[in-house]
Amino acid sequence: MNRFAELLDRLAYESSRNNKLRMMTDYFRRVEDPERGYALAAMTGALSFTHAKPGVVRALIAERTDPVLFDMSYDYVGDLSETVALMWPTPQRAHQDRRNAAPPTLSEVVHALEQAGKTDIPRLLADWLDDLDETGRWALLKLITGSLRIGVSARLAKTAVAALGDLQPNEIEEVWHGLEPPYIDLFAWVEGREPKPDARDPAPFRTPMLSHALEETDFRNLEPEDFVAEWKWDGIRVQAVTGVDATGRRVQRLYSRTGEDISNSFPDLVEAFSGEAFGELTIDGELLILRDGLVEPFSILQQRLNRKTVSTKLMTQYPAHIRAYDLLAENGEDLRPLTFVERRERLEKLVSRLAHDRLDLSPRVTFADWEALAAARRDPASAGAGADAEAIEGVMLKRRDSIYVPGRPKGLWYKWKRDPYNVDAVLMYAQRGHGKRSSFYSDFTFGVWRGEELVPVGKAYFGFTDQELLQLDKYVRNHTRNRFGPVREMDFSRDEGLVLEIAFEGLNRSTRHKSGVAMRFPRVSRIRWDKPAREADEIGALEALLKVTA
Amino acid sequence: MSLSDLLTLTPAGLYCPEADVHIDPVRPVPRALITHGHSDHARAGHGAVMATPQTLAIMALRYGEDFCTTRQPADYGEIVRVGSIDVSFHPAGHVLGSAQIRLKSSKICAVVSGDYKCARDPTCAPFELQRCDAFVTEATFGLPVFRHPDAAHEVARLMESCRLFPDRAHLVGAYSLGKAQRVMKLLREAGWDRPIWIHGAMEKITDFYQQQGVDLGEIRKVTAADRPKLAGDVIVCPPGQLTDLWSRKFPDPVAAFASGWMRVRARARQRGVELPLVVSDHVDWDDLCASVVATGASEIWVTHGAEDAIVHWCRMRGLDAQPLHMIGYGDEDVENMAAGEANE
Ligand SMILES: [Zn+2]
Ligand SMILES: [Zn+2]
Repeated sequence: MNRFAELLDRLAYESSRNNKLRMMTDYFRRVEDPERGYALAAMTGALSFTHAKPGVVRALIAERTDPVLFDMSYDYVGDLSETVALMWPTPQRAHQDRRNAAPPTLSEVVHALEQAGKTDIPRLLADWLDDLDETGRWALLKLITGSLRIGVSARLAKTAVAALGDLQPNEIEEVWHGLEPPYIDLFAWVEGREPKPDARDPAPFRTPMLSHALEETDFRNLEPEDFVAEWKWDGIRVQAVTGVDATGRRVQRLYSRTGEDISNSFPDLVEAFSGEAFGELTIDGELLILRDGLVEPFSILQQRLNRKTVSTKLMTQYPAHIRAYDLLAENGEDLRPLTFVERRERLEKLVSRLAHDRLDLSPRVTFADWEALAAARRDPASAGAGADAEAIEGVMLKRRDSIYVPGRPKGLWYKWKRDPYNVDAVLMYAQRGHGKRSSFYSDFTFGVWRGEELVPVGKAYFGFTDQELLQLDKYVRNHTRNRFGPVREMDFSRDEGLVLEIAFEGLNRSTRHKSGVAMRFPRVSRIRWDKPAREADEIGALEALLKVTA
Repeated sequence: MSLSDLLTLTPAGLYCPEADVHIDPVRPVPRALITHGHSDHARAGHGAVMATPQTLAIMALRYGEDFCTTRQPADYGEIVRVGSIDVSFHPAGHVLGSAQIRLKSSKICAVVSGDYKCARDPTCAPFELQRCDAFVTEATFGLPVFRHPDAAHEVARLMESCRLFPDRAHLVGAYSLGKAQRVMKLLREAGWDRPIWIHGAMEKITDFYQQQGVDLGEIRKVTAADRPKLAGDVIVCPPGQLTDLWSRKFPDPVAAFASGWMRVRARARQRGVELPLVVSDHVDWDDLCASVVATGASEIWVTHGAEDAIVHWCRMRGLDAQPLHMIGYGDEDVENMAAGEANE
C-alpha cells in the first residue's frame, strides 16, 4: 500500500501528462503482481467498496481524538480523509521505529474488503490505519470512500501499462473488457512473457476516430471532390457493439466516445439490437431521440443521460435511436483498414438489410463546391435536412480515402460547426451568485488549453436551466480542489474536469486577461457531461477567430 | 510566584525587568538576549546583545559587523548573572547555534524555548530538555495534523525522484539558514555523491556551516550558464525562487519544497509545489505535547502561530496555559510565506 500511496501522492501534485505517465509506468515496472494489478484497477475505477462510507471514518476518529482539536484541524485542512490521515494517533510512536506491524498491501486491503461484512469494516480499517503512515492512510481513505481524485483517467493508466511493452494504448483497450483485476495475464502479455490474452470480450470498445475543427484557411488546400459531407448531429456520439460470447449468448453494448459502457441507460436500444440478424457489429453513430420520425433537440436527449435506472415511461416518451455513420467491424471482419467510401457502402447495405426502426443512416450532404456546402451549413432545412435542421450543428467532412484511424489524425476528417462563435471550455472556478441564486454556485469561470495548461477566457452566468443549475452546483461542490475565499477552484486537468459549450457574441483583444482575449456576452449553451476535458478547445481556436472578426 | 512576575510583554516583545533584558525583541532595545539567528528573532540595531557564539557570528554575517553596540558570547550551559537573574543558554536543536534561554531568580525558574525541535539534525547540537517551573514554548506547528516524518525518509523521496527523472533538475526550496544545510547533510548521509548546487543567496551561510565543521561535501554556486545543464542534479534555493523566472532556465524543473507546511496538501498546492518534502526545524505536535509535560512546568505560555490547540490541550491536563499573542513573529511567518520565504 505504501508504494501505491506514494505514487498517488506524486500524481496528485503533477500536472504534466507525460510525467504522470512516466511515474505510472515506473510503478508498474517495479511493483510485482498482483499488487500492481490492483493499483491499475483502483486507477481505472474497477474497484468499489460499498460498505466503507465517510460516516464510518468519522466515527473512528471521534473515538480517538478530542472533538475540539478535531474541529480545529478539520477547519485548517479542509478535507475529511486528509484530516483523519494526519491526526490518526499511532500506537506508541517513537521517533525512529514507530510501527510494529507491517503495513497492509493493497492486495490485502482489496481481498479483506471483498469478504468483509458491514460490521467488520471499522475494526479492519482501524488496524490498517494504525499500521500505515500519513500518506498511506490518506490513500487508503481516499480509495475506499471513492473520492480518489488524482487527475488520472482510466485511459491514461492503460497508456502507462502499454508503455511497459511497445504497445499502443488501443491494443490494451481492445482486450480490456475481457480482463479482470489483478490483470496478471495483461502484464504477462505486455512484458512479452505470454501471448496476448484471449480477447474474451465479445463486444469490445474500439477507440473512435475524431475530427479537427475546420479553419477558413483550410479550404485553399482541400479539394471538394476528395470529400464526402454529412450533417453533424447534435446528439451524443456512441459505439453500438454486438457479439456472441463463449457460451453462445448474444451480447450488446453501447459505449460513449470515451469507452464508458452506457448500456444501462439505454436498455431499449440494447434490446433492439439483440436479434440474431445483428450478428457481430461495431457501429459508429449518433445517439438521438426520435419521435414521429423527427429528431428531438439535445435538451430532450438530456432527459435520458446520466441515469442509473430508466423507467418504461421514460423509454416510451423518449425513444432512443442510432443514426449510423460508420461501420468498424462486421461478423469477425475488421473494416477499419478499408476506405471511408468502402465502409460506407457496407454500412448502407447493412442498414437496409436490417431495416430496424431504431437504426438509420446519416444521410450524405451533396455539394458541388465549397460555396454550396457553406450554403447547406447555413441553412440545412433547404439542403435536405427538412424539419431535422434544428438538431444539426454543422457539417462533417470526411476524406473519401480515409481509413479508420483511432484518435485524431490530421487531414482526414473535419467538423465545420454552424455557429462560429462557439467554444468548448473547461470549468475552472465557480462562485456563488446573487439574489435568489445566492445559495448556488452560478458564476462560472472557464478556460481553454494553451499547451498543457488551461487559461481562463471568460465568465458565464446564464444559459442554463434551473434544473441544470442544480446539477452544476452539485458538480462544483463535489469537485472542489481549492477554496480562495468565496471562489472554488475545480479539479481540472487533461483527464478531469467539466466541459461547457460556451456561446458568445464576439471577441475582443484584451491586455487585462492572461489569455489575451475577452468574450462578449458569453453564456453556457450546453453542459458537455460526455466530453473529456482534454478535448476542450485550444486557445488557437479563439485566436484564429480574433483574426477573422478583427 | 507566577511567570508574570518574572516576564512581561512590552511592544518590543518579552521583557525580564529583574535582568533588564528583552528576549528576541522585534524592535531595537538597549539589552537583548537572542535565541537564534533567524531574522524574526535576531534583528539588527540593539545595544548589548548576548547570544551563543554561532548566533552572534550569523548575525554579523547577515547584518554586518556593526549589527549591535556590544556583543557577549554565551556558551551552552554557562551561567551568567544579569541583575538578580541567572541566565543560561541551552541547545534548542533548531539551527546551528540555536538556544533555549533559561532565567532563574530566587523564586522561579523559567525557560524560553525560542524555536526548537527534538528530531535528529546532524547540523546542530541536539535539543536538551530543561526542567523548569514555567515554559514559554513556540507552537508554529501547534495542530495535531502536524506530525513530521523522519527527515531521512523525505530525502529518500527526493532521491527516488532524481532516479525516476534523471533528465529533470530538482529544485529544493529551503530556508537559507538551517533548513538548506540540513537537507544537504541528509543527502550526503543518504549517499548522494554528486556536487550539490546552491543559489547564490545561501552561499555565505553555507560556507559558515562548513567552517563550523558541518561537512557538506562539494557545494557549487549556480551561475546563469550552469542552469540549462543541471539535469539530474539537486539545486537548493530559497523557497521564493521556485516560482521565480530564475527557475525556468533549468531543464524541466521539479519544484520541491522542504517545509513542515508541506504536510497539508492544500498548502503545498497553493504554492505550486510538485514534490512536497515534509522537513521541519520545529517541534511537531507530538513532540510539543511531550516536551511541555517533560519540563515539569506548571505554567505554559505559547507563542508563534497556532496557540489555541496547544492551550486547549494543556488546560485539559490541568496546566495553566496562556496564548501570548505577540506581534512580529506569527505575522512574520505569514508575510514570509507570501514572499516565498517560509521562515520557520
Ligand atoms: Zn527559527
Ligand atoms: Zn521563529
